[in-house]
Amino acid sequence: MATSELRPKDPGVDPATGEFRVIGQGQTFRSITEKISRIVLTPRTPLGWFAYFAVAGAGVTMLLVALTWLFLKGVGIWAIAQPVAWGFAIINFVWWIGIGHAGTLISAILLLFKQQWRNAISRFAEAMTIFAVMCAALFPVIHVGRPWLGYWLLPLPFTMDVWPQFRSPLMWDTFAVSTYATISVVFWYVGMIPDLGTFRDRADSKIAKYFYGVLSWGWRGSVRHWVQYETASLLLAGLATPLVLSVHTVISFDFAVAVLPGWHTTIFPPYFVAGAIYSGFAMVLTLAIPLRKYYHLEQLVTERHIDNCGKLMLTTGFIVAYGYGMEAFMAWYSADHWEAFTFWNRAFGPMYWSYWLLITCNLVIPLTTLWSRKLRTNIAFMFVISIVVNTGMWFERFVIIVTSLTRDFLPSAWGTYRATKWDYMTFFGTVSFFLFMFLLFVRFLPMIPMNEIRLLLPQSKIKPKVTAEAGD
Amino acid sequence: MPAREGIYGLLAEFETPGDLVRAARQSYQDGWRRLDCYTPFPLEEAAEAIGFHRDKVPLLCLLGGLLGGAAMFGLETWISVIAFPINVAGRPTYSWPAFIVPAYEWTILWAGLSAAFGMLALCGLPSLYHPLFNAPNFRDGATTDKFFLCLEALDPKFDVAEARAYLETMGPVSVVEVEY
Repeated sequence: MATSELRPKDPGVDPATGEFRVIGQGQTFRSITEKISRIVLTPRTPLGWFAYFAVAGAGVTMLLVALTWLFLKGVGIWAIAQPVAWGFAIINFVWWIGIGHAGTLISAILLLFKQQWRNAISRFAEAMTIFAVMCAALFPVIHVGRPWLGYWLLPLPFTMDVWPQFRSPLMWDTFAVSTYATISVVFWYVGMIPDLGTFRDRADSKIAKYFYGVLSWGWRGSVRHWVQYETASLLLAGLATPLVLSVHTVISFDFAVAVLPGWHTTIFPPYFVAGAIYSGFAMVLTLAIPLRKYYHLEQLVTERHIDNCGKLMLTTGFIVAYGYGMEAFMAWYSADHWEAFTFWNRAFGPMYWSYWLLITCNLVIPLTTLWSRKLRTNIAFMFVISIVVNTGMWFERFVIIVTSLTRDFLPSAWGTYRATKWDYMTFFGTVSFFLFMFLLFVRFLPMIPMNEIRLLLPQSKIKPKVTAEAGD
Repeated sequence: MPAREGIYGLLAEFETPGDLVRAARQSYQDGWRRLDCYTPFPLEEAAEAIGFHRDKVPLLCLLGGLLGGAAMFGLETWISVIAFPINVAGRPTYSWPAFIVPAYEWTILWAGLSAAFGMLALCGLPSLYHPLFNAPNFRDGATTDKFFLCLEALDPKFDVAEARAYLETMGPVSVVEVEY
């Protein structure tokens, strides 16, 4: 069914296709350039920005306090102990990495599929990826207990001749996550170079000219450069696609390679990847909806984007639902006593609330409502659903890690888990750090790729013989 | 490096991508070889028009990827078999299936880095100074909404008066001299 039937008179709907427009009508190269560069190049920062920045900064201070105390006292200030040695640190690690995945999906996979609607949201989705990976990478490093020895994870020639052990999935993680972070940053930065060139040319202040001049590496838009640039972008997209699929796969190996009931399953890699993309799209919406409103970007980030993100969440949500279903099925079909018990313990054990919370947030609410186009284009509803899904996905990791670890094979080794205030401070501290970085990004870098948006305009297409009479 | 003085070239500004591509194609057909187009977004037709078809970025990417993957696999094998052989639950020291994961990641890492930095190197970037930045209309439009064709003085056919007259025939918005 076409959107035009839903809202016949809406100017946001293209009568030719019956779909929402990818970009608002009547834009020119100059108008979109002005619109996007004014956000950054304005000498007046909106007051609201400072307000959010202050809140996020306070949260980052809280993170610093929590980390300082952690380094002074050790990981004993967290709730981790035997049998739950992983706790919040790994829950947050997996959750944050997962959030990053949608950014790469938008910037790489949708580029390869020539989904042009992605152009407007690709840059800030990539930024989201990078900041999420920063938050994620913090957790394993502070979780090792002696973070100043974190470099032992790298194969460096030490004087004591100790080398890493490459048969461990934790080593694979080091390489998967560091590669993911590096390639994401490079892809993001290379993609920004032409836009930074635009900023250099449009900046008024000397500092801004210098700053963007250096950052843009002297980009001047030569078509010889553009051809090579486009090749490199496509190659990076082609490389980032198998990379993003491998990262959460490798992370799921941390669990699946272990023999613990509830972890030792082959469904984990696809189920983790789908869950990652599911939560990532939720985070894209959590960021995109306020951004388009505060910066008046409704012409560039249109309802089409919100609608499509909703569709992708519906799809990945069903893959996640299949994963949950298969876990339950295998608990019965494997005829394994401990697998069956783990499932029963998750659903009806002492932490049953977390399991049902995750089912409600990830399956019941989104998968019944996202079918409706009316709801998918209801901006307020989509914002709420994005928060709901992110909560649900956090609880998914909580259930996987905590319920499996608290009650494994021997009842004499069972325990419980109750997070401390330091756990919460660290977690909410990284949420603040994420917002802090994102606010800086929005203020100082082009959050919408201008050069890609120009390609969406009809003026960018070459029309044959339009100026034949204007020539000689 | 040649002496940097005098004229770098003549810069013609066009209003639409179509005008630029027609002008570029015409100039290339008329024997101009030292010429370049400048656009605010990727315009493949313009690159084709001035005879720029193939680039070496994929080759660099392939080489980087192969080297990265081989280097990591070699390092893992050397560490696990020679430098630091330890017995983990009786598994062989040369556990090649386990080595695939980091080798795979490094294939992607070095392929990606080679593609990105190789592309910038092939473009001759960073080059913070370029004579074209001296042209006033270039800074205003090349990265926003204008389309430029530059005939460079290094071309053997180049003569300021003749080249200007030649460019004027193609209906540009303006033609300016660009100094070094």
